[in-house]
Amino acid sequence: MDSNLKREIILDNYQEPMNRGLFDDDSYIRVKANSENCIDNLEFMIKVDNDKIVDIRFDGEACAISTSATSIMIKSLIGKSIKDVKNILTNYKKMINEEEFDSEILGQLNVYDEICMQPNRKNCALIPSQAIDEFLAKIEKM
Amino acid sequence: MNKEDFFMLKDNIIYFDNGATTLKPKCVIDAMEKYYTVHTSNIHRGDYKASMITNKLYDNTRNIVKEFINCNSDKEVVFTSGTTMSINMIVFGYMRKFLKKGDEVLLTKSEHASNVLPWIKLAEEIGIVIKYMDLDSEYALTVDNVLKSISDKTKVISIAHVTNVIGDVRDINAIGQICREKNILFCVDGAQSVPHMKVDFKMANIDFLSFSGHKMLGPTGVGVLVGKEKLLNDMDPLFYGGGMNSFFEADNTYELKKVPTKFEAGTPPIAEVIGLGEAIKYLMNIGMDKIHKYEIELKKYLVSKLEGNKNITLYNKNSNSGILSFNVNGVFAQETSIYLNHYNIYVRAGNHCTKMLKDNIGIKNTVRISMYFYNTREDVDKLVNVLNNCNDIFKIVL
Repeated sequence: MDSNLKREIILDNYQEPMNRGLFDDDSYIRVKANSENCIDNLEFMIKVDNDKIVDIRFDGEACAISTSATSIMIKSLIGKSIKDVKNILTNYKKMINEEEFDSEILGQLNVYDEICMQPNRKNCALIPSQAIDEFLAKIEKM
Repeated sequence: MNKEDFFMLKDNIIYFDNGATTLKPKCVIDAMEKYYTVHTSNIHRGDYKASMITNKLYDNTRNIVKEFINCNSDKEVVFTSGTTMSINMIVFGYMRKFLKKGDEVLLTKSEHASNVLPWIKLAEEIGIVIKYMDLDSEYALTVDNVLKSISDKTKVISIAHVTNVIGDVRDINAIGQICREKNILFCVDGAQSVPHMKVDFKMANIDFLSFSGHKMLGPTGVGVLVGKEKLLNDMDPLFYGGGMNSFFEADNTYELKKVPTKFEAGTPPIAEVIGLGEAIKYLMNIGMDKIHKYEIELKKYLVSKLEGNKNITLYNKNSNSGILSFNVNGVFAQETSIYLNHYNIYVRAGNHCTKMLKDNIGIKNTVRISMYFYNTREDVDKLVNVLNNCNDIFKIVL
């Protein structure tokens, strides 16, 4: 993907992220994600219905990379089954960690395929997957 | 000034993160290297030449600290790992022993985490009550607000002399006098003041003063707790072991050494203490008043250059120290610091360990410029130029 297009997608999702803002609703599961290396600190609320993610919302303070990655991740995961969500997450983390991955299923998340060139930003890109992982661990215990 | 003494500055770097840690001058590195290459030895245990050299340098650092902050005796100087350890020693070695349920401790919301969390933990353990004194419209602590906060139950005031985000300089002489009159223990976090200005332990009637070596040209891993001797005598150590005991027997009897040795169990950071001694001598040689004056003038210069930029919000332009916190409007603090790094300008972005300050200033994260005497007007000019031309910030950071 052209780097200008990547920047445009990241910036759009940073400045107008999907589903920003939380509200009280007990039917959602809440998780937090933050980084030890930087100041990102986000909270998520996720609703699952019949083995499908039907809604994800988030709020908090975070940089352009983690905010945009969260926004794109939300767009990618809503409507997906838990199995598909796990598959997307696995491949996303592989991409960020410079391992072999399936780019087909990542769609717009591919904009971060070169984030490894900024090592201090890798953790920012991983913030949403950290949150979804925690969510998955929570629902498995339920 | 003195730029030539700092290796990192030869690399075209502009270092504005002195609130986090400072650069180390050659003399500090040389003194530590000499310990490792010429007279490596443990302290107080050897009868050989190298050990005697080390003992002398280690012990003499207490005298250097005593002269530097004007306490009564070198017995009042305890080496710790840094400000955080010093404050934890005060809270859990002294306060836990003498405070009672319902006793009030006064803090502010602009304190560093290390001067809040130990107190919160103590409140959880023994039921002391923490009260946060009001800050004024510029997020500073006035003497009036200290007076208003004191009640019959107030037993301790624990505050930073200079706060690390706002950089306001608290009037510790006046507050110390109030504490003396009202029989309140006065704990001062000197992490951001001792490196930058003259701090007088006796004049300010400080009971406990904490500071870190690495924020004042010294190495990491060493700091100081200065306490009034009587209080240190009553305070319990947090660590027990070699070097701090006079004897111990199989019937569980033991006796500890006198202050300050009873607080320094195990092998201390010897090279670091020697390095700290060199750092303090270096600072005294320049003169703390001169350093403070220089930094204030440099900050005023920076503020005058940035004030006209409507794209930038300054949070503490009037505070009397070398700290300036700001944000580029609409840009997350971390993006700004990554952008500045592109031009070899090192700053810090974040909440700077003062997570409660958001209650006052309404934002959680800022970019912080924290200056030292080796920063220059040319450094400021370059920073201002880069900030004034930051329209392409996202092109650079993304």
